[in-house]
Amino acid sequence: MIEIEGVSRRFGDTLAVDDVSLRVEAGTVTALVGASGSGKSTLLRMINRLIEPSAGTVRIDGRDAASVPGEALRRGIGYVIQGYGLFPHWTVSRNVATVPALLGWDRARIARRVDELLRLFDLDPDVYAAKLPHELSGGQQQRVGVARALAAEPKLLLMDEPFGALDPLIRAKAQDDLVALQRRLGITVVLVTHDMEEAIRLGHRIGVMERGRLLQYAPPAELLARPAPGYVERLMGGADRPFQLLSLLTVADARDDGPADVGADVAPVPETLDLRDALGLLLWRGVDSLPVVAADGAPRGRLTLSAVLRRAGRPA
Amino acid sequence: MSRSGETLRVAGTRAVRRASPAAIAGRLCAAALLLLLVLAPRLFAPAFRLLAEDGAPAIYDQGSLLQLTLDHVALVAGSTAASAIVAVVLGVLVTRPSGRDFLPLSRTLVNVGQVFPPVAVLAVAVPLVGFGLEPTLIALVLYGLLPIFENTVAGLDGVPAAVMDAARGMGLDPRRRFLSVELPLAMPLILAGIRLSAVINIGTATIGSTVAAKGLGEVILAGLGTGNTAFILQGGIIVGLLAVLVYDALGLLEARLAARAGRA
Repeated sequence: MIEIEGVSRRFGDTLAVDDVSLRVEAGTVTALVGASGSGKSTLLRMINRLIEPSAGTVRIDGRDAASVPGEALRRGIGYVIQGYGLFPHWTVSRNVATVPALLGWDRARIARRVDELLRLFDLDPDVYAAKLPHELSGGQQQRVGVARALAAEPKLLLMDEPFGALDPLIRAKAQDDLVALQRRLGITVVLVTHDMEEAIRLGHRIGVMERGRLLQYAPPAELLARPAPGYVERLMGGADRPFQLLSLLTVADARDDGPADVGADVAPVPETLDLRDALGLLLWRGVDSLPVVAADGAPRGRLTLSAVLRRAGRPA
Repeated sequence: MSRSGETLRVAGTRAVRRASPAAIAGRLCAAALLLLLVLAPRLFAPAFRLLAEDGAPAIYDQGSLLQLTLDHVALVAGSTAASAIVAVVLGVLVTRPSGRDFLPLSRTLVNVGQVFPPVAVLAVAVPLVGFGLEPTLIALVLYGLLPIFENTVAGLDGVPAAVMDAARGMGLDPRRRFLSVELPLAMPLILAGIRLSAVINIGTATIGSTVAAKGLGEVILAGLGTGNTAFILQGGIIVGLLAVLVYDALGLLEARLAARAGRA
């Protein structure tokens, strides 16, 4: 858990972060969103003390971050940045081994861990371990960057625009991978992005920042339904708001037990699919309802177009 | 588009790692010619005789060419090493956050070292430290600072900001950040500066002979003094071959380092 209390940071005459307080629950993903210069990166970098706060305190699992020497603190926190910052003169495996080596793990343990991580990130160690970063594709570099950040098994992962340099197809895959990884490891993630769609897709909670201030800090559904007046409302008020809202729900949230009035040959939708994609299927096939199945293939009633549409409007 | 770019890059990488047969042959010829000129200068007597005045010796006979060449190389190696130490240390200091303010001043000082002609440095230094090796070393060290200093600064400043940010974010302390990230990444450029400096000083070191420092300048001066073109040419050819070979050798080392630094 991270508790940020009354944190400010001043650079000369400008207040980059202005009296921000927020709480990040353990095992969740928090997305900080804002335009460039909004202070979101500065706030992130005050968590691992790459930037020292001018005022306020940051507590990680109850312990004041300022009471731990900066290097020791940072070795315990994963850190991923845009452009990844892989060491260009070190092989992939040495890059991944950076923090374990700093922590003085023995060779065999480091080798085991590197091997495990490369496999986890779909990089065959026999092929990639000895390669230099410039020999990898952008997507592979990004994965090495995340693998390196997770090498010493940190409970907390800080990410600053980690997908910013990827093209859209690879980005969607990388985002899905992060969600799966976060669930599997149960780690806490704080992620900075300027892309609200990415924030909605990844964040359990979203903090919207503007000119150093935290304007609203809420779960995505609440942010969409009840944006704070002013900047957040303008930011969230795009015409695609219904679709954003639907993307937060799954078929299981809208299904009922009635019969689907289509032929038996129509492919069913899995109940884990998000409603935005389910709406797409309904519209594309030109039907009013579709049969729903559970992950194991068991029938789970139907999904009707009207049930989906009811959930796309402004919540009461 | 991207396909052809890929091919180009691969071709470029190969060119660095594997020299063409012609280049290798050229280097071997230059090395062989240098060895023969120094170890068995008599072999070339028939050719040089054409240039010597009647009765004048065709081959330098006032000392061993081998010894003078070794002295010359030692002088250049010593002065370049001293330049490198001073310039790299200065370059590192002015690229630290606390030393940034001294960058313009250091740059000015180093530039003065380059602008001041070595001959003038000799004229100033001789009354202070006497004739011989010392004034020559002073002149060469000052003259060699600029390329190494500028390349050190450029090399250290050229380390990508994301790489340094990641290094800090991973928890590398300042000493590790410098020794295992910044310095290795800047090394190819630093070495390029040293190479430039060494080659310039191989030629410039010949003026040391005007103040009695041992070196190949003696051969050229002897030729100038007696109007013996054969001597001038012998000295000049040896100095030229030395410069070409040293430039080449350091260039190979640099390319290997650059490839290792992932910048090839």
